[in-house]
Amino acid sequence: MTTVAPADTVANAAATPDQPQPYRELGLKDDEYARIREILGRRPTDAELAMYSVMWSEHCSYKSSKVHLRYFGETTTEEMRARMLAGIGENAGVVDIGDGWAVTFKVESHNHPSYVEPYQGAATGIGGIVRDILAMGARPIAVADPLRFGPADAPDTRRVLPGVVAGIGGYGNSLGLPNIGGEVVFDRCYAGNPLVNALCVGAMRKEDLHLAHASGVGNKIILFGARTGLDGIGGVSVLASETFSDEGGPGRKKLPSVQVGDPFTEKVLIECCMELYRAGLVVGIQDLGGAGLSCATSELASAGDGGMHINLDAVPLRAAGMTPAEILSSESQERMCAVVRPEHVDEFLAVCRKWDTLATVIGEVTDGDRLVITWHGEVVVDVPPRTVAHDGPVYERPIARSAAQDELVANAPDDLPRPADLRAEILRMAASPNLCSRAWVTDQYDRYVRGNTAAAQPADAGVVRVDEETGRGIAVSTDCNARFVALDPYAGAQLALAEAYRNVATSGAVPVAVTDCLNFGSPEDPHVMWQFQQAVHGLADGCAQLGIPVTGGNVSFYNQTGATAILPTPVVGVLGVLDDVATRIPIGFRRSGDTVILLGETRAELGGSEWAHVAHGHLGGRPPAVDLAAEQRLARLLAGAKALFTGSHDLSDGGLAQALVESCLIGGTGASVTLPGDDAFIALFSESAARVLVTVAPEQAEAALAAAAEAGVPARVLGTTGGTALVIDGVGELPLDELRTAWESTLPALFG
Amino acid sequence: MTRVGVITFPGTLDDGDAARAVRRAGGEPVALWHADSDLQGVAAVIVPGGFSYGDYLRAGAIASMAPIMQSVIDAARVGMPVLGICNGFQILCEAGLLPGALLRNAGLHFVCRDQRLRIETTATPWTRDFSVGDEIVVPVKNIDGRYHADAATLQRLEAENRVVFRYAGGNPNGSLNDIAGVCSEDGRVVGLMPHPEHAIDELTGPSTDGLGLFRSLLGVLAAA
Repeated sequence: MTTVAPADTVANAAATPDQPQPYRELGLKDDEYARIREILGRRPTDAELAMYSVMWSEHCSYKSSKVHLRYFGETTTEEMRARMLAGIGENAGVVDIGDGWAVTFKVESHNHPSYVEPYQGAATGIGGIVRDILAMGARPIAVADPLRFGPADAPDTRRVLPGVVAGIGGYGNSLGLPNIGGEVVFDRCYAGNPLVNALCVGAMRKEDLHLAHASGVGNKIILFGARTGLDGIGGVSVLASETFSDEGGPGRKKLPSVQVGDPFTEKVLIECCMELYRAGLVVGIQDLGGAGLSCATSELASAGDGGMHINLDAVPLRAAGMTPAEILSSESQERMCAVVRPEHVDEFLAVCRKWDTLATVIGEVTDGDRLVITWHGEVVVDVPPRTVAHDGPVYERPIARSAAQDELVANAPDDLPRPADLRAEILRMAASPNLCSRAWVTDQYDRYVRGNTAAAQPADAGVVRVDEETGRGIAVSTDCNARFVALDPYAGAQLALAEAYRNVATSGAVPVAVTDCLNFGSPEDPHVMWQFQQAVHGLADGCAQLGIPVTGGNVSFYNQTGATAILPTPVVGVLGVLDDVATRIPIGFRRSGDTVILLGETRAELGGSEWAHVAHGHLGGRPPAVDLAAEQRLARLLAGAKALFTGSHDLSDGGLAQALVESCLIGGTGASVTLPGDDAFIALFSESAARVLVTVAPEQAEAALAAAAEAGVPARVLGTTGGTALVIDGVGELPLDELRTAWESTLPALFG
Repeated sequence: MTRVGVITFPGTLDDGDAARAVRRAGGEPVALWHADSDLQGVAAVIVPGGFSYGDYLRAGAIASMAPIMQSVIDAARVGMPVLGICNGFQILCEAGLLPGALLRNAGLHFVCRDQRLRIETTATPWTRDFSVGDEIVVPVKNIDGRYHADAATLQRLEAENRVVFRYAGGNPNGSLNDIAGVCSEDGRVVGLMPHPEHAIDELTGPSTDGLGLFRSLLGVLAAA
């Protein structure tokens, strides 16, 4: 039988003030430890120290980003707030989409665990974001995954990518959530720091919105879902709040900190919660993610209007001999914490029994304002909950734009040698790892489950129906071109926003809300902090200009190995609304004889372009110009005149060449086009923003051009769809078979 | 209106879709709970797709022992039509209502794609409205979809015309003889890996071909 040493109680802590404590090993700085002692008026117990160390870690407390993230709140106008039913700070943002429906969505990171253990890291990333959505009172209805890896042909990418994709599929498919979008990006900078971000969308009736707070003295706290074990301890403090060092191979020392998931338990948890919500049995609810019970209890208590008492002995365990600190730090998956009125407890437990879900009353809401936790009859935690959950340290990290940035910007791509054979270059680009077909990845995901998916990859935006009777639904896209952000973090962040906004608009949906996952290097690097500050400002100012709010998001720092940070990667997710998803504009050239129109202006803008990267390994100069007013005019045209358009595709990486190739291959029809302007190379590969390719029935071409003119959107007829080749005037003929082979073969050849 | 049962096990995912398909075809779906043995007087039962019990032990193994499945087995014995889709097919094999087993896909990956299927027999209540040789397009989405049976069983299935659906234009998982679905000796119990309930509306699927299975059933029951 395992015996546990007597716990370090509050009484003991008060009596032994000079006992040394391993606060540095737990990630706390000297001044932070001193502050904890000041808050409590004594040294913390082991359990309290564990709680503060996880909750004050970078991942949980946002200590390096808080001062900057405030800018989102400062720039959100009343008008922008009008559709928000819950905003930054809640488990996820919630938006009113009309007809009494509310949609909640959020994107989060699970980067470090995915490098250490790709399958479980990615799987539990899905698990975590889904629970966040569940905790808002919503049924999760779709997922999407922005993924970034090292070079496609690197040996370690062959270790990480297949595991990540299998983990996302393995977990997401088992939950019955269609995967409707995402990205796969390869770049050297992610070689030791892959980015695995996970987005989830949920839907509910407005009145079913649940917020995470405990209120009402005497209300019970019920922990339900999986048992609590030793997995994942230190996930946030050890994994996500430090850089990797090179010793001992890929993250070898951090293996026990990766959480292990069981999607079956989570699927059952989802159905159990839906039934609990329907029956009105829940006053408040919180999911257990990073920092486990420490987080759930302190956040629930902070957000409420009383105190809380928790009896740790009541927590069902799956490992013998766990200490209070371990129980509080465990990141065992698939657990939720609900606040329930005493008269509803029996019914609550009965619903859990029906779903074979473990549920235990572990505490209650109390008078006063302390979070008190007992174990074996003694008090092991007695803290003011806000100091744990919200009043963590706030850092003003030094910010300094490095001199190297000037060289980067000065190194313009204007003189890069151009290709002699444009036809061959188009094929080469289409086959390159960042532009080729992602089917190898996306065919491992279920897109059909629940029967409401109106568009999924490779569409520009995933489209899901929310109301089966009216057809009302949402469109969502996630985007970020990190090269643009590296060249100019302010503009680059706005370009990421513009791209996601434009992708949503190409489906004909009206963009209404934004989420973000800000992936950056170490906050201890002043140049990284400069990138971060600039990106936050760019994104917030951009949102204000577009009139759509950031409703929530995530920050992931410490994405670097040694001194090499990743390119700054602020992933932006935009959500849009369609009154009827049946009216969405599908992607690609779908019919023969349609007129092909290019909307938007093309300029010579190759800075940070995929062509410069593929042909010359070049990154330098300025990113394409941002014109949010133009993006808005374009979006309004697409939404307002969507009945005119038989197909659409946004232009981004790889420029017009790639958009034409994809439109032909995805739609299944060739085209004959003439390039705009008199510089074919620029026309093909420039990555100017605010551009979309559309098709219209030939008899509608006049009307379409008139609508564009009226909307203030430049429009130009390029040609006609039809045939079995992409024929580009002055460049050559590319048979679809040849294009398809080039586009579809790359990833299977690399990953099997 | 003809009542068709749709079973929900812990971990079932496509029950809602199966119910929708029944409704769309003109029938009334009836929700059946795994722990009840009451079939509530339905005229047919659909065992839908998903990951019942997390595929623990073997896909469909635990679900095959649920109280509701004993009732399904008893009813099938006296001719009640049963359709097993994907995990449902796995459950019917585990329950002994269909021969053979479903193994891991040959490529070892989960595969989701729009798949062409050839209708091989119309002598089942689920395929009566088709013609032999018809090709339909229906999504497949699974990781353990490779049909396997020993040589003697395979020979029997082919000889007795009990292969109901065959993969056309490519086999997504390496199943023997390109088998996508089979039926019982009396033809009333059919199992298939692809998902007809996801091919009932061009808004959300690759075709409306899947509706044919549900319409066939309702037609057969109406005439009975």
